[in-house]
Amino acid sequence: MQVSMTVNGEAVTREVEGRMLLVHFLRDELSLTGTHWGCDTSNCGTCVAWLDGEPVKTCTVLAAMAGGHEVTTVEGLEVDGVLDPIQEGFIQCHGLQCGFCTPGMLMTARALLDRDPDPSEDTIREAISGQICRCTGYTTIVRSVQWAAAHQAAERAAQESADAETVGSTL
Amino acid sequence: MTLMDEREDLDHADNDLKPLGHGRMLRKEDPRFVRGLGQYCDDVQLPGMLHLAILRAPMAHARLVSIDTTAAQAHPKVKAVVTGAMLAEKGLAWMPTLSNDVQAVLVTDKVRFQGQEVAFVVAEDRYSARDALELIDVEYDVLPAVVDVRKALAPDAPVIRDDREGKTDNHCFDWETGDEAATQAVFDRADVVVTEDIVYPRVHPAPMETCGAVADYDRVSGKLTLWSTSQAPHAHRTLYAIVAGLPEHKIRVISPDIGGGFGNKVPIYPGYVCAIVGSILTNKPVKWMEDRTENLVSTGFARDYVMRGEIAATSDGRILAIRTNVLADHGAFNGTAAPVKYPAGFFGVFTGSYDIEAAYCKMTAVYTNKAPGGVAYACSFRITEAVYLVERIVDCLAYELKMDPVALRKKNFIQPDQFPYTSKTGWVYDSGEYERAMDVALDIAGYDDLRREQEEKRANGELMGIGVAFFTEAVGAGPRKTMDILGLGMADGCELRVHPTGKAVVRLSVQSQGQGHETTFAQIVAEEIGIPPEDIDVVHGDTDNTPFGLGTYGSRSTRCPAPPPPWWRARYGTRPSSSPRPCWRSRWPTWSG
Repeated sequence: MQVSMTVNGEAVTREVEGRMLLVHFLRDELSLTGTHWGCDTSNCGTCVAWLDGEPVKTCTVLAAMAGGHEVTTVEGLEVDGVLDPIQEGFIQCHGLQCGFCTPGMLMTARALLDRDPDPSEDTIREAISGQICRCTGYTTIVRSVQWAAAHQAAERAAQESADAETVGSTL
Repeated sequence: MTLMDEREDLDHADNDLKPLGHGRMLRKEDPRFVRGLGQYCDDVQLPGMLHLAILRAPMAHARLVSIDTTAAQAHPKVKAVVTGAMLAEKGLAWMPTLSNDVQAVLVTDKVRFQGQEVAFVVAEDRYSARDALELIDVEYDVLPAVVDVRKALAPDAPVIRDDREGKTDNHCFDWETGDEAATQAVFDRADVVVTEDIVYPRVHPAPMETCGAVADYDRVSGKLTLWSTSQAPHAHRTLYAIVAGLPEHKIRVISPDIGGGFGNKVPIYPGYVCAIVGSILTNKPVKWMEDRTENLVSTGFARDYVMRGEIAATSDGRILAIRTNVLADHGAFNGTAAPVKYPAGFFGVFTGSYDIEAAYCKMTAVYTNKAPGGVAYACSFRITEAVYLVERIVDCLAYELKMDPVALRKKNFIQPDQFPYTSKTGWVYDSGEYERAMDVALDIAGYDDLRREQEEKRANGELMGIGVAFFTEAVGAGPRKTMDILGLGMADGCELRVHPTGKAVVRLSVQSQGQGHETTFAQIVAEEIGIPPEDIDVVHGDTDNTPFGLGTYGSRSTRCPAPPPPWWRARYGTRPSSSPRPCWRSRWPTWSG
């Protein structure tokens, strides 16, 4: 069957079997291998990507179900060569070792910060409770998310004051 | 000042006092991983690549009566269906394990554990390969299974390894260490003897990335390239040479980015061999990635020891001797991969950190109808088992003597002036300040406060437990007379090339499953030769482009191919016993002081 969707802002159309999982569609058809395949039973969370902005486990979503929708993967986080604060946070706070769970963690954490810019530790832990990390442990992952929250707040403040200045100078 | 404050201070200290490699730095690996640009095994896509899937046995013990692959072969997208009988014709049905046993690549005669590899399919895509598995018709004659290690040696237990000539029971090996008579003599005169039965169940390492491989055999040059989830690419290459009869220089094993190992990716699994055979048969690259269930049921586990521990002591808490009897479950094939010349790995360190008069261990290992043994975790190779045994019986003794478990341990520690200390099982402990280390740990944990809190809670009828353990582990298996895998020795190598512009490339014999070698080794080399770590690239995990070595497991990588850190040299004037002379320096003797 023919499936069309938007992936990281780009329209794609492919001829696939109706049973093809979204994770395999992203990896094998589009070569977006940042979304990983860890358990195919929606236990591990390495395959998390966004479907219309909501994190989903792509190993339990059919590619056909994503037809007509917007998909965002870890490859879509970086904009114009600038890392998202969540990516920077994982680098700064040692939020990863082998990197296999990282894309899923990033997508879940980014979605959390979008709806709650200043989450508590408990909220972060609950948000990532559907993901497993076997190397690093969750302490530094939580710290990485907190780093991102703090820095995007700072960035936003800087941006607002810059905007205010612009407005001021225009007046 | 807290430990964190001390670290912060060090960051601003003179270079000589900074942490190794010009101070802390961000990991070189992370920029690709946070972008989803790591290259794991399943990310390898080659033109014309086919996909392999494995049919696994649904029962633990069964005679193979017949396999009918006709329907699977007729599937329009199937390129090959291979059974054990077909492999046997080429002499490929069995492969050596890392413990001098053999393991079936595909079942020829009998299924010996649930999930064992029975046949494989190579097809155009991964879904079709799975579909075709369901078209294979296998008839089994189910046999009674041995799954309880205590029943494996019963006279009426079914014999699992009848592939081994003359085998009439499930005995795998016997091993002993220490002095039985001397230990008995000490037990005879001890005031107190405590005995504890300890079952240490099987654990599975379960890395986030399952095991897999992409095999690409070039029939013209005769060269095989194998991307695989291997913690020991060089050692694996040697085994493939032995199994497949390919010349070793015509095999290139690449361990790309690996999604965690924890020992799970040390053994060679039948799937890797199947991928190689699949590529040779089809003249195409062949990918095999197991799913999570396959990983859990068929790959290496650790532990599975049933131990009886005995400890003899004086009534005032002086430990005199430790004795243990172990029944070890090795599964259907002995696939343990300990880098030591003893079949029970480093289990001989069960005397712990204590100065005692005598020790003895007797071990019996058996085969059962379970997945073959492997290793798990850095401190494995039977060290964890040994440490659990000794710390548990020391706790039992503390309970018996109504002594504080910390006080009992401190009373029996090997003292700093006793080093180098040879244990009663022959292991040399080179250095240590155990009591001081314990005090630091107690201080960090706030031990006295915890005890007070416990007392208050107990007075109120609340329960609160405090666990204490202290261990000395033997890790970092290097080139020593007691250490070895399959006669390969435990030597590692490292090559350093410095370019005219002052940039450098380090080629390492060990690779990473997440440990961050690209950062660590750049820092080590930076420390030694003064080039900033940013200007040093680390190449690893590719047998064609790195020197031979035994791989990454058991906390060996940073110490085996690298020189000891400056603080060690300053303190001891020599290298640690397992650390070899570094390859890029010839001025070793002048380093001391």
